[in-house]
Amino acid sequence: MYKIIKKQILSSSIKLMEIEAPKVAAKAKAGQFIIVRANETGERIPLTIADSNKNTGIITIIFQEVGYSTLELGRMEVGQSVTDFVGPLGKPSEIENYGEIICVGGGIGIAPIYPIAKALKNAGNKVISIIGARTKELLFWDDQMRQISDELYIATDDGSYGQQGFVTDILKNFLEQRKQIAKVWAIGPVVMMRAASNITKAFHVPTIVSMNPIMVDGTGMCGACRVAVNQETKFACVDGPEFDGHLVDWDLAERRLNMFKEEEKVILDKKLWR
Amino acid sequence: MPVQKATERVNNFGEVALGYDEKMAVEEANRCIQCKKPTCIKGCPVGVKIPEFIQLIKEKKVPEAVSKIKEKNSFPAICGRVCPQENQCEKYCVLAKKKAPVAIGRLERFAADYMLDNREESYEVPSDTGYKVAIVGAGPAGLTCAADLAKLGHKVTIFEALHVPGGVLMYGIPEFRLPKNIVKTEIENLKKLGVEIELNYVVGMLDTVDELLEQGYNAVFIGTGAGLPYFMNIPGENLNGVYSANEFLTRTNLMKAYDFPNNSTPIKVGEKVAVIGAGNVAMDAARTALRLGAKESYIVYRRSQEEIPARHEELEHAVEEGVQLKLLISPTEIHGDKNGWVKGMTCINYELGEPDASGRRKPIAIKGSEHYFSIDTVVMAIGQGPNPLVLKTTPGLELNKYGNIVANENGQTSKQGVFAGGDIVTGAATVILAMGAGRKAAKAIDEYLKTISNN
Repeated sequence: MYKIIKKQILSSSIKLMEIEAPKVAAKAKAGQFIIVRANETGERIPLTIADSNKNTGIITIIFQEVGYSTLELGRMEVGQSVTDFVGPLGKPSEIENYGEIICVGGGIGIAPIYPIAKALKNAGNKVISIIGARTKELLFWDDQMRQISDELYIATDDGSYGQQGFVTDILKNFLEQRKQIAKVWAIGPVVMMRAASNITKAFHVPTIVSMNPIMVDGTGMCGACRVAVNQETKFACVDGPEFDGHLVDWDLAERRLNMFKEEEKVILDKKLWR
Repeated sequence: MPVQKATERVNNFGEVALGYDEKMAVEEANRCIQCKKPTCIKGCPVGVKIPEFIQLIKEKKVPEAVSKIKEKNSFPAICGRVCPQENQCEKYCVLAKKKAPVAIGRLERFAADYMLDNREESYEVPSDTGYKVAIVGAGPAGLTCAADLAKLGHKVTIFEALHVPGGVLMYGIPEFRLPKNIVKTEIENLKKLGVEIELNYVVGMLDTVDELLEQGYNAVFIGTGAGLPYFMNIPGENLNGVYSANEFLTRTNLMKAYDFPNNSTPIKVGEKVAVIGAGNVAMDAARTALRLGAKESYIVYRRSQEEIPARHEELEHAVEEGVQLKLLISPTEIHGDKNGWVKGMTCINYELGEPDASGRRKPIAIKGSEHYFSIDTVVMAIGQGPNPLVLKTTPGLELNKYGNIVANENGQTSKQGVFAGGDIVTGAATVILAMGAGRKAAKAIDEYLKTISNN
């Protein structure tokens, strides 16, 4: 069993949990993900690793309660254990000293961008981070991001914190001013990753995105997580989750994410706690 | 053998074949003429002493019959259900020449079920040899290899990537063909032999095979199966509503999507489902689709009924339940609606030419025969390849051109101390062949361990 050691409510819908999983923590690298199943009847939920500590054996996950399964996980408390916790899964990020790089984290994407930015910083890169959310309440970990970034920029859609606008606005400004950016990592909702990739494409800056498709096993067995990259079908769980943002078929990614929208409503209606 | 009526069973996930009662079993056993030189045994990949166990059923000594089977086969309740007996033991039954062969599989199932239902089996755990063996994958090959090694007194740990052991027995074969409680009970029995199972453990991502060896395992058996679904690489294959058979069956069997929302994993099945392929997996998917509420379920196959690779009984059950066969056609493109959901396929007709390398007549597309087939769910059941996670992280392991592990008939790979068997070596095959490979490897591993002790 995998015990919840710490729980932190980052916003009304975003929760952080530290989970005891020493074997996973011993191997986890930036960019990888885990699959968690809260209980015996639960779904297998893929979540990118937000942080890991080999010494304490703890993996940090951050998730937004969007459907029944994440709500159910969010209801769990410190001291309880999740039934299953598998990982690390997926290929790690390719961390090298690229020079000056930009890490963009949109919304819940701040969680997965953090370990990547940290690893890039440790590898000697100059790390410029741009994080953002719809509103101040949904923005988290700006302090953590500040610690590992050479420069940090914050945007909120409503202007309640940082600059008003999208992370992609800041990204665009940056690329217009500084030509030496070697690489961009952009993680967040599909619309944001798509917009970021479109911008960087115009400036010919290589861009890595982390895909978050629907998944079941996470080991290449089911093929649910198919994404098209350069018109070739890839499995995000084993070929990714990171891909070249300029080559991803975003329309397809968006469509496939909505596959079970109706079912999500059904289960929320039937099983939501009162 | 009594079965659930087709009109009823298509509405539930209960087992289709209901099994013999004792009277029927003894009656069937009495048909066995106890050949002096039994030919049935040579048709069994694990060499079950068939006439001997049938004789014991004749004498109503069911526990003894099960012990006799278990000398060669650790999981009779499973094999009695999913083995292709008609191509194995029963094919070689002397009676088969003139009339129906003895129903060996059903008798095996009867005996095994009787034990599961009526008594707790006792297990003698042999004295510890001091050797440790790691098994990668808790499917049929790994479980069998583990059972045999444990019986020899070796300390066995199975590493399984999923959250339950059983492999294809749990995620692939549907409840209506192999109740999951039977698999669970068999695995509990295995644990009584001292076998440990580590779940949620993805070898290759956590420890690699080399790391397991460094940690003190004296040998490793890789039985990771055929865990990579093939697609056809035709346009429209990533539309919403196109599943691999693995996904379709895993959602249903392992994650119990048929009991949604009591279980949280959903599955979406349209009114008209086309399953591409005609093996056992395809039959399972087509029959599952009906149980999940599809109004029409089709097997779409580019050869003719004669070449259908599924077991005859499964095909028969599928047709009884209303699965329709669309033969000598294959899709060339899948079409979607404006929201990206499947709405139809373009199919092309085939005719059969000369036999090809597989020995079956080669399907040849008929030019200009393209036609539209209205459909809203597609399940690709055209086979699976080897999952690469373990293979890619194990240097020195020789693979063939299909990516399967190269191993000799005893399961020895190109890497010392590393053995492999089942679908990861042969490509997708049957449960019993995987079990047979697990047995052979266990024997070879035992011999290998003795050589280390001599050095």
